[in-house]
Amino acid sequence: MEILVCVKRVPDTAENEIEVNRDGSDIERDDLVYSVNEWDNYAVEEAIQIVDKVGGAVTVVSLGDEESEEVVRREMAMGAHNGILISDDAFAGSDGKGIAAILKAVVEKGTYDLILTGAQADDGAGQIGGMLAAMLDMPYASVVNSIEVLNESQLKVGREIEGGDQEMNEIALPCVLSIQTGINEPRYVGIRGIRKVASVDIPIWGASDLGLDPANVGESGAGVKRVDYFVPELGEGAEILEGSSEEIAEKLIDLLKAKGGIK
Amino acid sequence: MAAQVFAYIEHKNGVADDTALELVSAARNIFPDASPAAIVTGSGADLDAVCNDLAASYSEVWKFDNEALAYPNAEAIRKLLVAVLPAEAVVLVPHDTFGMDLAPGLSIKLDSVFVSDAAGFEGLDGDNLKVIRQEYSGQVSTHLMANISAGAVINVRPGVFQPDESKSATGQVIDKSSEIGELTVGRRFLEVVEAEIGDVDITKEDILVSVGRGIEDQDNIEIAEELAEAVGGVVACSRPIVDAKWLEKPRQVGTSGQTVKPKVYMALGISGSFQHLGGIKGNPFIVAVNKNPKAPIFQIADVGIVEDLLDFVPVLTEKIQEGK
Repeated sequence: MEILVCVKRVPDTAENEIEVNRDGSDIERDDLVYSVNEWDNYAVEEAIQIVDKVGGAVTVVSLGDEESEEVVRREMAMGAHNGILISDDAFAGSDGKGIAAILKAVVEKGTYDLILTGAQADDGAGQIGGMLAAMLDMPYASVVNSIEVLNESQLKVGREIEGGDQEMNEIALPCVLSIQTGINEPRYVGIRGIRKVASVDIPIWGASDLGLDPANVGESGAGVKRVDYFVPELGEGAEILEGSSEEIAEKLIDLLKAKGGIK
Repeated sequence: MAAQVFAYIEHKNGVADDTALELVSAARNIFPDASPAAIVTGSGADLDAVCNDLAASYSEVWKFDNEALAYPNAEAIRKLLVAVLPAEAVVLVPHDTFGMDLAPGLSIKLDSVFVSDAAGFEGLDGDNLKVIRQEYSGQVSTHLMANISAGAVINVRPGVFQPDESKSATGQVIDKSSEIGELTVGRRFLEVVEAEIGDVDITKEDILVSVGRGIEDQDNIEIAEELAEAVGGVVACSRPIVDAKWLEKPRQVGTSGQTVKPKVYMALGISGSFQHLGGIKGNPFIVAVNKNPKAPIFQIADVGIVEDLLDFVPVLTEKIQEGK
């Protein structure tokens, strides 16, 4: 099975406090730690496991600036066979539709049976998979937390729905799936793995390589544009307890006793 | 007002979801004089019951009755909506696992803009709708401008807009089943597998000691267990802890886990994403311990402690044990 996995380089919210910059035009990006979007990492692991079972190859594609090459390489160190970086100044400011249109062009340049995205990203909208599927006229399932290959033309997929229930579906290939965290346990990538792919050539494709008209992507083609970032005005918010740990603990114990928090 | 506004209604066992009345308010937040139409798909008596109820809240209720719609398969419903919606329609959909399934692709087929997980609207400037969204698990917010001249598909965050309980509409149910057309799609619904029930039922507990990413390591879960034992509660958790397989799924609080209603909820190292908060009901006394003073959990907690839980919680546990 030929599988394409779309991955994104994002600020790692487990490692960073995200703050708005001085003029509200962006988040403060100095000193941010970046990594591959968590959901995408599960998608790559799932693709590798499928190919290990039924054969084929995994291709990882990332859209972004040159820094995104590092996440493509990282996912190749995990075991993805091919990597592609999509980068062009003309793509800056693309909305979800613009990004999906760019990825559609990537899909059509190859032959894929299955296309995976992460279900969402911390700085995203959970929209790319569904848009891409509709543009390609392929079936789609979102928040997928299990995949079983039934035969050459069908998968059985579980979707994680509300309350922890799982919705089971049969879906025809080729299709697009957005992957939920927890579907597997992504493998550890060690220094040795990174070294192995350190010199692998990762092609960089731009608008002309993909036959895209710059007017239809990027900011000029965007129907949804970001105006600014801001910190929402807090409601009352929590009463923050101050003092040493011991002092705070004593205050908290009094409060907990009053509220029935200590039996 | 040129655009026609539609609300997609989710329902189960003959009862409309809470979001059904929230979308009335959301529509009026976009267009103050909006009288949105409800779109209800399904089958049989349950569908009729939902439609009749909604006629008190929507001026028009469009009913689509077909056996193939008995379970809401987003692929089939998208096909239906593309066939029946007028040009330039503004379609509101709850932002949940169904909305995530349906809406992005729907916007492509309707050739209109898509806005995901809208948490507020700040009015129209010509064709541009100003929308508030949250990013990075609620650490920052952002304004978007969406050009809705060709219509829009907007996923609305559940629980943000006050439900319109006025029941002031005298709407009519319009049976549009004859317009349904062909519904064959490449994805077939098989069944819903219900969540397993664990050794502890966190939905029935009064005191929950809930851990998130801030616990850092599986071995540290013990710290929460000791506190839970000292206060007479049980350990619950947020999603990343289950993803990491450090605790079982039945211990997870949130929209994709359990909905709990304790008296006291202690959130240890939990940032407080809306999916997590969506699983906490009944207005408990919330204590948040987080080393990040900007963590969204502090906005909704009653009491906050800005410290590393790994340092603070053992001190707290010891003090409680001393006092007993």
